[in-house]
Amino acid sequence: MINSGLKQLGEMLHAKKISSVELTQTFLDRIQQYNPSINAYIALDEGKTLAQAKAADARIAAGNTAPLTGIPIAQKDIFCAKGWQTTCGSKMLANFIAPYDAHIITQFDAAGAVNLGKTNMDEFAMGSSNETSYFGGVKNPWSFDRVPGGSSGGSAAAVAARLCAAATGTDTGGSIRQPASLCGFTGLKPTYGAVSRYGMIAFASSLDQAGPMAKSAEDCALMMNVMAGFDERDSTSLNREKEDYTRDLIKPLQGLKVGLPKEYFSEGLDASVGKVIEAAIAEYKKLGAEIVDISLPNTGLSIPVYYVLAPAEASSNLSRYDGVRYGHRAAEYTDLMDMYNKSRAEGFGAEVKRRILIGTYVLSAGYYDAYYLKAQQIRRLIAQDFVEAFKKCDVIMGPAAPSTAFKAGEKVDDPVAMYLQDIYTISTNLAGLPGMSIPAGFAKSDDGVSLPVGLQIIGNYFDEARMLNVAHQYQQVTDWHERMPELVLPKEVK
Amino acid sequence: MEWEVVIGLETHTQLRTNTKIFSGASIKYGAEPNTQACEVSIALPGVLPVLNKEAVQCAIKFGLAINAHIAPRSVFARKNYFYPDLPKGYQISQFELPVVGKGSVTIQVPAVGKNAAYEKVVNITRAHLEEDAGKSVHGAVEGMSGIDLNRAGTPLLEIVTEPDMRSAAEAVAYAKKLHELVQWIGICDGNMQEGSFRCDVNVSVRPKGTEKLGTRREIKNLNSFKFMTQAIEYETRWQIETLEDGGTIQQATVLFNPDTGETRSMRSKEEANDYRYFPDPDLLPLVISEADKAAVKATMPELPEAMKARFMADLDEESRLDVRRILENEVKNTTLYANKTYGLSESDTLALLVNIDLAAYFEAVVAQGVEPKPAANWIFSSLWPKLNTNEKTIANSPVTIIQLAQLLKRIADKTISNSAAKQVFEALWNAEGDVDSIIEAKGLKQESDSGAIEAIIDEVLAANAAMVEEFKAGKEKAFNALVGQAMKASKGKANPAQVNDILKKKLS
Amino acid sequence: MALSIEDIKKVAHLARIEVSESDAAATLTKLTGILGLIEQMQAVDTTGIEPMSHSQDLSQRLRDDVVTKTNLRDEFQKNAPELGNGSTEPAVAGGLYLVPKVIE
Ligand SMILES: [Mg+2]
Ligand SMILES: [Zn+2]
Repeated sequence: MINSGLKQLGEMLHAKKISSVELTQTFLDRIQQYNPSINAYIALDEGKTLAQAKAADARIAAGNTAPLTGIPIAQKDIFCAKGWQTTCGSKMLANFIAPYDAHIITQFDAAGAVNLGKTNMDEFAMGSSNETSYFGGVKNPWSFDRVPGGSSGGSAAAVAARLCAAATGTDTGGSIRQPASLCGFTGLKPTYGAVSRYGMIAFASSLDQAGPMAKSAEDCALMMNVMAGFDERDSTSLNREKEDYTRDLIKPLQGLKVGLPKEYFSEGLDASVGKVIEAAIAEYKKLGAEIVDISLPNTGLSIPVYYVLAPAEASSNLSRYDGVRYGHRAAEYTDLMDMYNKSRAEGFGAEVKRRILIGTYVLSAGYYDAYYLKAQQIRRLIAQDFVEAFKKCDVIMGPAAPSTAFKAGEKVDDPVAMYLQDIYTISTNLAGLPGMSIPAGFAKSDDGVSLPVGLQIIGNYFDEARMLNVAHQYQQVTDWHERMPELVLPKEVK
Repeated sequence: MEWEVVIGLETHTQLRTNTKIFSGASIKYGAEPNTQACEVSIALPGVLPVLNKEAVQCAIKFGLAINAHIAPRSVFARKNYFYPDLPKGYQISQFELPVVGKGSVTIQVPAVGKNAAYEKVVNITRAHLEEDAGKSVHGAVEGMSGIDLNRAGTPLLEIVTEPDMRSAAEAVAYAKKLHELVQWIGICDGNMQEGSFRCDVNVSVRPKGTEKLGTRREIKNLNSFKFMTQAIEYETRWQIETLEDGGTIQQATVLFNPDTGETRSMRSKEEANDYRYFPDPDLLPLVISEADKAAVKATMPELPEAMKARFMADLDEESRLDVRRILENEVKNTTLYANKTYGLSESDTLALLVNIDLAAYFEAVVAQGVEPKPAANWIFSSLWPKLNTNEKTIANSPVTIIQLAQLLKRIADKTISNSAAKQVFEALWNAEGDVDSIIEAKGLKQESDSGAIEAIIDEVLAANAAMVEEFKAGKEKAFNALVGQAMKASKGKANPAQVNDILKKKLS
Repeated sequence: MALSIEDIKKVAHLARIEVSESDAAATLTKLTGILGLIEQMQAVDTTGIEPMSHSQDLSQRLRDDVVTKTNLRDEFQKNAPELGNGSTEPAVAGGLYLVPKVIE
């Protein structure tokens, strides 16, 4: 059951083969068993969760069922959920109880889904290993001494370890796709503006985008049906008609043009990862896809551009955490200035402070043109690369991350090395394009551990349904997405 | 050395909307602390701004009113700084691309001493939309400040002039003109006590005849015209004295203390402000089309300049026909008066144009069939001052349009004298009835029956033989005394002109 | 553009983050590394390229001027921080948020 897809679970609930309370309890039991070692969840509230499950059962009994009714979903702790501790992985918000619901929480509630808990994450979504969380690191379910990736590391580990039916994440520079690759599941970052950012705690507003993290493309499509859609409270929300993301899942891939950017297969990519990606491409050829060589010449600039724009926006977005109205206030202070300086120095962790300082620096008088403006100009060049590329192909494929999961502590003291984790994902955020990562196989690490590898699929604007189709067809002929980590296998499966 | 003062103004006008510029929280004045501070106003994590349509329309109205360039595309930016009344740690404002560009306002600078009144054009550099901050309240708790965020997010239009003014009088004339204009077009309630109209004044001095601007100091948050005059005059003197004593002026922000009449520098910040402006990623560019402008224009009243020209053009007889179809609640339906002209003098016209409702009241009164000139006189010299002293507006004037028109008609047809009319006006103000019943009740009807007046005059002449003798001996003053006696004997009801005529005849 | 300790202190002050002397030195090293990464941008000729703030070329939607928010002050103030300096009381009084005295 824990390995069943959302559609299957929905059918079982609908047919009353299982109740939402039973299903939810199954996951709560697993969480109780594994969370102490994995640390995927920051906040759990069995009372609230089971009350939602009971309400879902009543709704099912009344015949008022939607596709996700009764299904337990883990929510990244970046989303405000009324009455839930909402920390964004930070000491700053350790005691913050959200007094309102994020748009996507309202959407899941309306669908009758069950909120299983709030998942761990890099502090304010700044990180690629989940090691910047105030609430401790998260273990990769495939190898406990390795990181799950980040920033949506808690949701990633929860999906991979089957500690939820599906989860939500957010992706500013790769925070859904890189952990999906490192933990071996399916994650989608939609077109910027497809999912409302209302109630999602901001990191870099022009790049942040929420998306589903689930076992399969089909599950992601069902999640997108709930999450996506216009919201008038977000000025950047796209006012488009509601779409059914499952509509194209079963289309054959005959004639699909797959672009392979040469920049995604150059130095910096682990050879073992490259091999897995090549095998996946070969599989696509078998499915009828046509391979096209393309170039995204400005890929290398995406990291410098990102590390100007994202910290600049973040430095401003995080100014509201001043210890005045909510959040951490220093216990001792002499005056207003001292209160600000201490509250923020104590409330934020090292990486967040670094990014605030970088962001403040690049925006400060005399540097704006050389950094911020320049970065925005190059951002356009990067977006134009994709416009050119999509003239030649329908989707772009490549690795989602340059390596498999690395060991905890390995890069934590080297921000630049950590930042390079997102080399293949950041440019889609800068362009606002949708991207996803799907399980494509395993690669052996130096110490002989088999670790998942993700294949990235990048689509044109609003092309999520096609990307999900492309992923789903692959998942019909492969079983990588069904593999479960040994370490968390239930006894009956072992 | 002779000095010249150079002045520019930045005015924050609070826009007359129902809700905040980026959220649906009310902006009503005077609510309990933080009861109008929604999740956006207090900047909870995850909240986002959405722009208020009405605020944009106010900006467009202002742009049209000052004949300005209205940007087809303008951008909201974040101005970053920490202050407890600024919950996000940044103010959403417009920086590089403001919604309203260059325009101008024509001001009338009143006569001072031997200097005659004159007109001057003040150039507007720009006007931009932004949000207001909250308020710090002191004294609620010992040693602490209390933060009320009800005002945070209130829509403001910041209007910036070129450094075009050369005296406190010019600056105040501009501020008054702007104050009238923003109320005229209905974008601001103009309430200065409640902070709806706040002026920052940049003052610098330079030797007369030189071009280079001196270092300016900015006097913050002046909320009365009287204080503005005092502050500028003090600041100008201070700067001149400082320079003459061999000192230099440091750029600074200063506050005016009404108790001492002095300006003083705000606690100097060691660091120069570095606001780190950048385009707000939560908001998209504001796009205003020609059609948007046309739609707003259609809702705008006639502007003061156009109205002034019309009021001063030769009298159009149609203007004072009895237009019965003009009901009281239609007084502001200005299309009714679109072509009416009144032949008023410039000073009469300007006196009426201080307020759009006053001008509309005038037009409606004239449309009842009375002469424009006396109507104008009564309105700006009797009604308007009385409304002001009683803190009433035209809209709730105790004397209605129909009543004032009726009163003016009774003066015109000589039913009552001007002095009796003043009594009737008082009675109307106190709601003692309509014009004719008040005249009746108070017995104010003017006596114009020449037979009756002759009889009175005969009695007066008989009783004042000595005065008659004096007059005949060449003492002109005695004539006036006799007129006075006659008026007194008629209890003020006799028509003074008639008394004059008859008395002259009898004495010749 | 080499970063100095003074730059770190200035920026930390602008950002209202207390940085001790030893932290400042460590931060300098890390930020210098990050800036080194960023410097790669300077090799690109961007003359005439319009800066890109948003991924979609759309314009701002306007909201009707209608009051939609109700008073949730008490709910919101449940999240008020502790006053500090020995007091664990919430930093609110009479509906106001309390901060150390603001001096103008
Ligand atoms: Mg200003
Ligand atoms: Zn301003």
